[in-house]
Amino acid sequence: MNRSTPTAFVDARSLRLDQALQLLQQAGASLPDVEPYSLLWVQAVVDALCDLSSKDALTGLYNRRSFEMTMAREIDRVARSGEPALLLTLDIDHFKSVNDNYGHYAGDQVIQAVAECLNHVVRPMDTVARVGGEEFAVILPNCAVAFGAAVAERVRAKVASERIEVAPGQHLSVTVSLGGAFAPQWVRSSSLLWMERSDRQLYRAKTEGRNRVCLEPLADSVVSAEEKGMLFALTQQDDE
Amino acid sequence: MNSTASSARASARTLAVTSGKGGVGKTFVTANLAAALAGLGLKVLVLDADLGLANLDVVLNLYPKLTLHDVFTERCTLDEAILPAPGGFSVLLAGSGMVEYSRLTPEVRDKLLQILEVVKPRYDWVLLDTGAGISDVVLYSISLAADVLVVATPEPTSLTDAYATIKVLATQQERRSIGLLVNQIGRPGEGRVICTQLQNVLQRFIGGMPGPGFQLHLLGEVRTDPSVRQAVLKRQLLLENYPGSDAAQAIKALALKLAS
Repeated sequence: MNRSTPTAFVDARSLRLDQALQLLQQAGASLPDVEPYSLLWVQAVVDALCDLSSKDALTGLYNRRSFEMTMAREIDRVARSGEPALLLTLDIDHFKSVNDNYGHYAGDQVIQAVAECLNHVVRPMDTVARVGGEEFAVILPNCAVAFGAAVAERVRAKVASERIEVAPGQHLSVTVSLGGAFAPQWVRSSSLLWMERSDRQLYRAKTEGRNRVCLEPLADSVVSAEEKGMLFALTQQDDE
Repeated sequence: MNSTASSARASARTLAVTSGKGGVGKTFVTANLAAALAGLGLKVLVLDADLGLANLDVVLNLYPKLTLHDVFTERCTLDEAILPAPGGFSVLLAGSGMVEYSRLTPEVRDKLLQILEVVKPRYDWVLLDTGAGISDVVLYSISLAADVLVVATPEPTSLTDAYATIKVLATQQERRSIGLLVNQIGRPGEGRVICTQLQNVLQRFIGGMPGPGFQLHLLGEVRTDPSVRQAVLKRQLLLENYPGSDAAQAIKALALKLAS
């Protein structure tokens, strides 16, 4: 590469931004009141597009793509600092029957209400995302291990207590099942594995009857009597 | 544990040697394994990561003026504290005065990490001689290594503690493969029996973990050998003084297995 070649800058006016501007207008994004195609203006367009592509249109929560970025950052942070971080994955129970019995508009209302609930019940530093149809996830940085279950339970209770208006005068209540896992300390793990561990607990919460919280049991160094019994079964046999 | 040894590698292979229980020959194995790897023509550094209760200096009969402590406090450079050890490898000893580092502070974490990043490109192998037990310093120093070798003896207390260590490493550090060396066995094949037994119990109690299944690999077994005691008492390397002994042969076999 010849580094002495002068860099060619783009003339902003030659950019085709029609579709981008249309998208932003439709999403209700406002651009600053500066001269179009000035540096400030182009930067604002790019920022607004980034914002749009990182959020879920229905709920305004982070979408799966940006949530995965946040997870990767958090895993890095935990690996360095050793501070605990909790991932919760949750799913609205029997959501299909909401859609079937009340229609898709009601389904959307329920999803929006749960999203709002989640946003209200967590701390500002936590990240809430909609990662699938009726699936949500929350990252709670710096969440003490001893408080994990209480935090998850608070989320569950808050959603269950909500009366959601799906049509004038018509209210619904839904419940959620939650799974959770802490990021491993001092280890550069992957966001995929972290999500998998939490999802496994979510699956457990579903099979154990829904509307409940299941957190991954903490790794402990205690060796139970049962483990010891099994550990020595063969060696003892061997000696006889 | 299947990458090949080559002096052309960009970065050293890192192996943490640990044991649940103390006094099972962990440091003895580390020192002699380093000598065996060096004997294969590999450039080896042993990092004394047993910050609280280091005794690699005792095993090697080396009492340097400059240690890891001086590197931590910036009284000397890293290069000044790396010494040639008998057996043809290099050591970075913790020495005494490290008690203040036996607690895992962010400072200790960063320093160990920095040191490792600096030495890794210069060696084929970096062995971390960690402390016994499962304190956070031990777990952290193990987390710095790509591979782990757990040393255990057939004694029930040693097996129990090795099991606890492996369980914690598999769950907390998401390790899918850990090596096992059974030291002080009474008869050939005892190591295999112990490894299978550990693997069975692990499978049962951590089998439900996500990801691929966990594997405990038997990397060697060392028979109880009077020459080991002789070497330890004389504070000399077994490989240098009793190269023909059963135990020395077993450690050479371990080195070959690791390097192949």
